[in-house]
Amino acid sequence: MRYESPTTVEAAVTLLANEAGKAHILAGGTDLLVRLRSGFIEPDLIVDLKRIDALKSITMESDGLRVGAAVPSAMLNEHADAVAGWPGVCEAAILIGSTQVQGRATISGNLCNASPAADSVPAMVAARAIARISGPQGMRDVPVEEIATGPGKTSLAKGEFVDSILLPKRAPGTSDAYLRFIPRTEMDIAVVGVGICVTVDKTGTCTAARVALGAVAAKILVVEAAAQALIGTKGDEAALNALAAACSAAATPIDDKRGTVAFRKEIAGTLAKRAAKIALSRAEKNL
Amino acid sequence: MSQVHVTTKINGDSTEYLCDADETLLDVLRDRLQMTGSKEGCGTGDCGACTIILDGRPVCSCLVLGAEAEGRSVETIEGMANGEELHPLQRHFLNGAALQCGICTPGILVAAKALLAQNANPSETEIRYWLAGNLCRCTGYDKIIRAVQSAAAEMRGETHAA
Ligand SMILES: Cc1cc2nc3c(=O)[nH]c(=O)nc-3n(C[C@H](O)[C@H](O)[C@H](O)COP(=O)(O)OP(=O)(O)OC[C@H]3O[C@@H](n4cnc5c(N)ncnc54)[C@H](O)[C@@H]3O)c2cc1C
Ligand code: FES
Ligand code: FES
Repeated sequence: MRYESPTTVEAAVTLLANEAGKAHILAGGTDLLVRLRSGFIEPDLIVDLKRIDALKSITMESDGLRVGAAVPSAMLNEHADAVAGWPGVCEAAILIGSTQVQGRATISGNLCNASPAADSVPAMVAARAIARISGPQGMRDVPVEEIATGPGKTSLAKGEFVDSILLPKRAPGTSDAYLRFIPRTEMDIAVVGVGICVTVDKTGTCTAARVALGAVAAKILVVEAAAQALIGTKGDEAALNALAAACSAAATPIDDKRGTVAFRKEIAGTLAKRAAKIALSRAEKNL
Repeated sequence: MSQVHVTTKINGDSTEYLCDADETLLDVLRDRLQMTGSKEGCGTGDCGACTIILDGRPVCSCLVLGAEAEGRSVETIEGMANGEELHPLQRHFLNGAALQCGICTPGILVAAKALLAQNANPSETEIRYWLAGNLCRCTGYDKIIRAVQSAAAEMRGETHAA
């Protein structure tokens, strides 16, 4: 195995494209190193992104906030504009692991690891985040929900990697929230995760919504029926119950020691209701 | 396996080593540099016994490659005491019996030091969340929390040295 730490995106692309064997990207390493040490993967080349200055920054652009692929979740949560503008994405990212893990783990790594239970991904999907991919063919922008194609599998072609994630600029009255259920208070994998982004008008009526569920299917689910249940309402009890029912109905979870199918479906609804309330109250403060 | 030549700063001293490309920083510290203060409890990021500070952030050294440390700054438990003089956290852990077998202690001390560097007066809740990735099978945590609180109070100048 070789270890390379290029200093430009172009050099990283060239290294990945020219490698005949198995090449893996190293961001925070909190998934990769576990798999490397357990012998689950045997890379010929590891390309560390953390020496590429451009990927280590968070920048406000005209169309939103760009988060480089080498930004750890702790750093994202130290960024005042990120926390104020995208509280749901930030609170999801800071649920990842422990303090020690948060000092390394990136949201791009969380995305590309393609776990159905990844915490920041439902929040990013709800926020309509866009992944910028660099590769031998140049750059392309792709909605984050198109990256994972199944557990551990992505749509990235050989030589391609995510160089940054754009959190698109928000209309006034827009905000988001993320909640997950775990059997303890810290350090566990989501049994269910819910990311919700809403927009309200001056009367407090919801005019747009996007609801994404994690850990209840092989991929992150976007629940259009749940969003429709909220739109046109002020988030009253009937609307929230309809949203919860839509989430429970959409969930197709597995049965395992961490939760039964029935439990996961019910929790998906309950959490969606709670997350929607938080997102709506945050959105009203952003008018 | 090609070896990587690394020059880095460990506890303020410039240090050089050769390591395998897939070798963890924890293994480099323990097996190549004989700095065995950092412990391996799990090797998978779950227990925090291997906690070090890398460029100012506490991280699990079992999830860092030795090669990644090139040009960085690494702080380990070995750098915590000033010669014979223990760090206030170390003194309060001893005086408060905040350890039994001691396997978790180096990682907890390093993580707690990083907490106090950014928050001189953390609440009990803040300490418990910050240390959630540091597992202890012996103490039940209460004495650890209290030792961190009393060390913090001393470091703020509110109490005299224990
Ligand atoms: C103790 C512990 C607790 C954890 N708890 C949680 C949790 O609560 N919630 C959660 O969601 N996850 C959790 N995780 C998993 C992990 O921390 C996250 O998935 C994290 O976000 C991964 O990011 P990373 O930067 O460390 O990725 P890495 O480990 O560097 O990479 C992950 C994978 O994605 C690929 N990759 C990384 N970056 C890119 C990129 N930019 N472009 C293309 N491919 C890329 C890598 O090749 C690798 O296959 C935990 C892990 C540990 C060790
Ligand atoms: S040995 Fe590194 S976290 Fe357990
Ligand atoms: S003192 Fe034994 S594990 Fe903490």
